[in-house]
Amino acid sequence: MGLEIFNTFILLLLVVVALASLWVRDLLVSAVIFGVYSFLMCLLWAEMGAVDVAFTEATVGAGISTVVLVATIFHLRRKSND
Amino acid sequence: MKYFSLIPVIAIGGLLLWAGQDFPKWGDVESPASKSPVSSHFIANTGVDTEVPNMVTAVLADYRGFDTMFETVVVFIAGMAVIAILRGSSVGRPRRKDHEVEAEPDLIVTNTVRLIVPVLQIFAFYVLAHGHVSPGGGFQGGVVMGASFILIALSWDLEKAMSRFPIERCLFVAAMGIVLYGGIGLLSMMLGGEFLDYAELEKILPVSREMARYHAMLGVEIGVGFTVASIMFVLYANLASEGRLKQGL
Repeated sequence: MGLEIFNTFILLLLVVVALASLWVRDLLVSAVIFGVYSFLMCLLWAEMGAVDVAFTEATVGAGISTVVLVATIFHLRRKSND
Repeated sequence: MKYFSLIPVIAIGGLLLWAGQDFPKWGDVESPASKSPVSSHFIANTGVDTEVPNMVTAVLADYRGFDTMFETVVVFIAGMAVIAILRGSSVGRPRRKDHEVEAEPDLIVTNTVRLIVPVLQIFAFYVLAHGHVSPGGGFQGGVVMGASFILIALSWDLEKAMSRFPIERCLFVAAMGIVLYGGIGLLSMMLGGEFLDYAELEKILPVSREMARYHAMLGVEIGVGFTVASIMFVLYANLASEGRLKQGL
């Protein structure tokens, strides 16, 4: 039962975070929220017992891809057009 | 335009949700993945064949070694592609000044990073070497290692990070990783087995066939770690400086 609540909470939060990263106009904030999304996914993987996948998600998804996105955004205008 | 693009997004999202109903329930023993003889074979035989407790690593580096080798090559090619596209692309274009920060590196940030980076790098080696017994392995260890250099570049500047790990050396290390992986495969071929048939390495290692596979997996993971760590840093260095490799970010 506890896990059900945990799962539901994480999944709802995932939807909220995904919408938020599309909603915000500042691309830098969007990239950071995307990192949060990766960490939530990482929590879900770990909870389902796929620890290797969770580890990869935490390092690649939340770590490197956020950094690469930030590096790219610094060469663009920070505001999204739509 | 924003509302127009919402239509395909909702359509594809709805399609995915609808198709997702066909997935088996999580942990269902009747699902095709659990019922397939391949899964039960791995569960029953990995420990006997290779002495590796972490099944994921054994499948990744041994049973499916050919696949992982070319995954590493893909990472290498991705780094090469970024260099090929970005190098020289900004010649003659004036450098944008919008985000140029003239300030000195921040005292608190640099000293924190000074403390974190050694721990991070030792952790990377731990993850790499412990891939057999605990979650981790070449990819994760390599990424943590590459991230430690990116952290240096973020808190000081790109020059500082590149004085520790020059790009030429990065590319050399990345290529050596693949050579190490392929070399272990070739070595086991020369010893009479098939390509990446690590058990044949028992002829030159003073261990049993099972432990030969165990140790060869470590060698292969080190190769993957080399390539991934250096390519991660190459990617960051090129993206952050538009291929100029100086004064990025």
